Amino acid sequence: MNPTSTTVFGEWHGKSLDDALLECRDMVESPDFEPVARWRESGGKVVGHFQVVFPEEIVHAAGMLPFKVRGAPVEPNLADSHFGSYLCSILKTSLELALDQKVQLDMFVSHPICDAARNLAAIWGRNFDYPCQILYLPQNPNSAGSIDYLRHEYDRMRRLAQDVSGREITDDDLRCSIAVFNENRRLMRDLYDIKRETPWLIAAEDAYALVALAGMIPREEHNDLLATLLPLVRERTTRPEDRIRLVFEGGFCEQPPFDLIRMLGRTSYLVDDDLLIGLRWITDDVPTDGDPLLNLAEAYIERSSYSPVQHDLRKPKEKMLIDRINKAEADAAILAAAKMCEPGLEEQVAYTHALDDEEIAYFVSEFEENMSSFSQLELQVETFVEHLLFA
Amino acid sequence: MTTEQSGQELVGRGNREGAALFKDWFTELDQTAANGGQAAYVFVMGSLNEILKSFDLPVVFPEINSLQTAVRRVAHEYLDEAEDYGYSPDICGYVKADVAVQLRGGQHPMGQIPPPSLTVLTNACNTYIKWAEIWERMYETPTFTIDIPGTRQAGTQTWQGAADFEADRRYIEVQLTELVSLCEEVTGKKFDIDRFREVLGHANTMSRCWNRILELNSARPALFNAVTDGTIFLGVANGFRGTEAGARYFERLVEEMEYKAANGIGQTIEEKYRLLFVGVPCYPIFRRFNELFSEWDATFVNSTYLWFASGGTNRGFEYDLADPLASLAEGTLVSVRDAMDSMFHQNEILADMITDFDADGVIYHPIKSCRTVSTGLADGRRYLTEQIDIPTLFIESDMMDRRVVSEAQMKNRIDAFFEGLESRRQHSLAGT
Repeated sequence: MNPTSTTVFGEWHGKSLDDALLECRDMVESPDFEPVARWRESGGKVVGHFQVVFPEEIVHAAGMLPFKVRGAPVEPNLADSHFGSYLCSILKTSLELALDQKVQLDMFVSHPICDAARNLAAIWGRNFDYPCQILYLPQNPNSAGSIDYLRHEYDRMRRLAQDVSGREITDDDLRCSIAVFNENRRLMRDLYDIKRETPWLIAAEDAYALVALAGMIPREEHNDLLATLLPLVRERTTRPEDRIRLVFEGGFCEQPPFDLIRMLGRTSYLVDDDLLIGLRWITDDVPTDGDPLLNLAEAYIERSSYSPVQHDLRKPKEKMLIDRINKAEADAAILAAAKMCEPGLEEQVAYTHALDDEEIAYFVSEFEENMSSFSQLELQVETFVEHLLFA
Repeated sequence: MTTEQSGQELVGRGNREGAALFKDWFTELDQTAANGGQAAYVFVMGSLNEILKSFDLPVVFPEINSLQTAVRRVAHEYLDEAEDYGYSPDICGYVKADVAVQLRGGQHPMGQIPPPSLTVLTNACNTYIKWAEIWERMYETPTFTIDIPGTRQAGTQTWQGAADFEADRRYIEVQLTELVSLCEEVTGKKFDIDRFREVLGHANTMSRCWNRILELNSARPALFNAVTDGTIFLGVANGFRGTEAGARYFERLVEEMEYKAANGIGQTIEEKYRLLFVGVPCYPIFRRFNELFSEWDATFVNSTYLWFASGGTNRGFEYDLADPLASLAEGTLVSVRDAMDSMFHQNEILADMITDFDADGVIYHPIKSCRTVSTGLADGRRYLTEQIDIPTLFIESDMMDRRVVSEAQMKNRIDAFFEGLESRRQHSLAGT
C-alpha cells in the first residue's frame, strides 16, 4: 500500500538489539516526528487521527499514512491562544504540531472521546483548509443498531479517504490492509505476552517505544520492526529480579512523559498497561473475507479492549482493570490520569473503590506530557513499591 | 378587568408561573422519594421526556438540581463532600454536586430527590456518560445511552433523504425502540401509542412556542433577558417537556411576549446595549453576574445556552404524529445535533444572531466545569472577530465552583469592555 518505496524509519536496520531499541526510543522521544516528514517528502499523504481509536485500515487502503495524533512534549506557543484554561495538555500540543507545521496533514479526524477532544475537529477546521472531521464511533455499542451504523460511518470515512487520496478504495484493498493490521495486532500481542510473562526481557520504555512507533510509520515497516526485534528480545538471557509487578492504567489518551515510563520501569516490572490502547484496541484477528467494513465494525464492537471513554455495559471498567491485573499477575496498579483529563480522573474514583474492595494495592497519580521533574514522584513510587516488597 | 389591568397581569407572568411550576415539580419529586416511587434520571440535551412521560415517569434533571445548589449558594458544601469522596477539583461541578446529593440519600435544598429507577442519557455531552456510570455503580439500575451522531464537519450537515442522514436516523430509531422496551420492563407498563402521541403533541406545542419566544426577543427593547429570565423558561422547557402543563405554560408565555412586543415593553433597564451570551451562566453569582452588565444598561438578547440547554428544541421541530417513533428519531437527530452545533460550530449561528438581534457585542463565558461548551470558545472567538467586526469579551469562571469565580476581576474586565463599547459608539456617531 505504500505509495513510495521509501523507508521512513530505517535507523534501526543492521544494528544490535540494544542499539536498535535505542533508535526506537530516540525516535519516539523526539517531538519532530521525522518519519511523517519523510513520508510526505516522498510524495505520500498523511491522515492525522486523534486519540483513542481509529480504523487505520481505511486510510492505509487509500495509500495514505495514518498518523496517531497524541500530543508531544512541546510548548504550545502558537496553540495556547486558541484555548482557554482548565484543559489537558494533549489538546494544545497536538494543535501546536500542526500550527507550526512540525506535522503536515492532508486530513484530520477526531472522535467525541471526551468533552474537550470533541471540540478538536471544529477548532482544526477553523484553522486548516483540509478536511477536519469527527468520526462518530458508537457510544451505545450495546444497541442492536450499532454495528450497521458503524459500518455506514466507516463507509463515510472510506468515501472521504478516497476524495483526499484521489484513489478508489476497493473491498480488496481493504482486505489487504486488514491482513497487514492483523499481523501487526498479532505482533503487538506477542510484545505484551513478553511483558506479562518475562518482563525482565524488555524495559518498560523499550516496549512503549515499540508500540508508539506504530502511530507514525507505515504498518508494513512496523511489522518488519517487531518481527525482527521481538525474537531477539526473547533470546535475551537477562535474569529476573525480585521486583514488584505493576499495571499502569491511565495512558489511553495523553501520554505520560517518556521519562516517567522509564522511571516506573526502573522501580518495578510494568507487566501491562493501557498506554496507546487504541493501537491495540481490537483484540483478535479481523476476518479478511466477506464485507471488510462490516468486519471492522464488528471487531470494534465485539472484540475490543476497554477505556474510560467508551461506555459498554458488557465492559465495566473496574472489572476490566481487575481482569487485566489478574491476567498479568500484577501485585499492584498505578492509577494515573492526565491533568485535567475528566474521564481519567472520574475513572480513578471507581478504580480506587473497586481495588479497595479487592484488596489490591494501588498508587494514584496525575501526570502531564510536558512534566520534566520526577524526583518527588519517583520517591513516592519507590516508597509505595518498598512498602509492597517488605510489607 | 381593564385592558391595562390584564396587560399588567401578563407582564412577568412567565416568570411567576415558571417559578410555581418549578416548585410543583420538586414537590412531586419529593413525594416520589417519600413514597418510594419510580423516577428517571435524564439530561437537558435529549431528555427523551417524550418516551418517559408516556410511561408517566417523574423525571429528575441532575444538571438542574446541581445548578440550584449554586444559585442557592450552597454548592461548595456539596463540592467539598464529593471531593472528599475522591473526585478531583478538576472535574465537572454538576457531577460532584450530584454525587454529594446521592451520598446524602437524595437530600437537596429543594427537597428530597428520588434515586433513579432508570437513567436515560445522550452523547451530547461525554460527561453525561461518565455521570451515568456513577449511578450505575451506586444503584445498579439500568442506564440507556441514546447515541446521536452529530455534525461531522461545520457546514456538512445532511438532511432528510440523504443516505448518511438516514443511517443516523435509523440508528436512533433502533435505540428508541430498545428504550421503549426497557421502559416497559422497568415500569411494568405496556407502551401506549396513543398516550405517546398525546405527549408528542404537547412537545410540539412547546417546541413551536420556544422557537417563537426566541424569535420575539429580537424586538427592541428586548422582551426578556436571555440569561436570567431565559433560565427560568429553560427549566420549564426541560422539566415539563411533553406535558400539558408545559404546553399551556409556553402558550401563555408566547401570549405574554407578543403583548410585550406589541406594546414596546422591555425590561426594567433603559436598553443601551444588546448582547449575546456564549457559554454557561455563572450560577454561583447568578444575579450579580447579570448586574455587572445591567448596570451599564446592557441586556442579553439571546444566547447559545438557550439553544443547547433546550436540547435543540429552539429549532421548533414538530413530530409527525402519524409515524411517531420514526418521527421522534428524526426530531431527536435534528434537534440534539443542533444543540451540539451551537456548542461546537456556533460561529454561523452567532453571525446570524448578531444580525437578527442587532447585537452590540458577544460575551464569551467559558467555565472550568464544562469542557464541552468551553474548549472551543477561544478559537471560535478568534475566528468570529476575524470575520465580523464586533466587540467581544472573554471571561472565564465556573457554573458551580465559587473558588474560580472572581467577581472583582470580572467587574474590571466587564467595565473595560463597556468603556470600549461606549468609545466605539461615540466614534461611530462622530463618524471618526
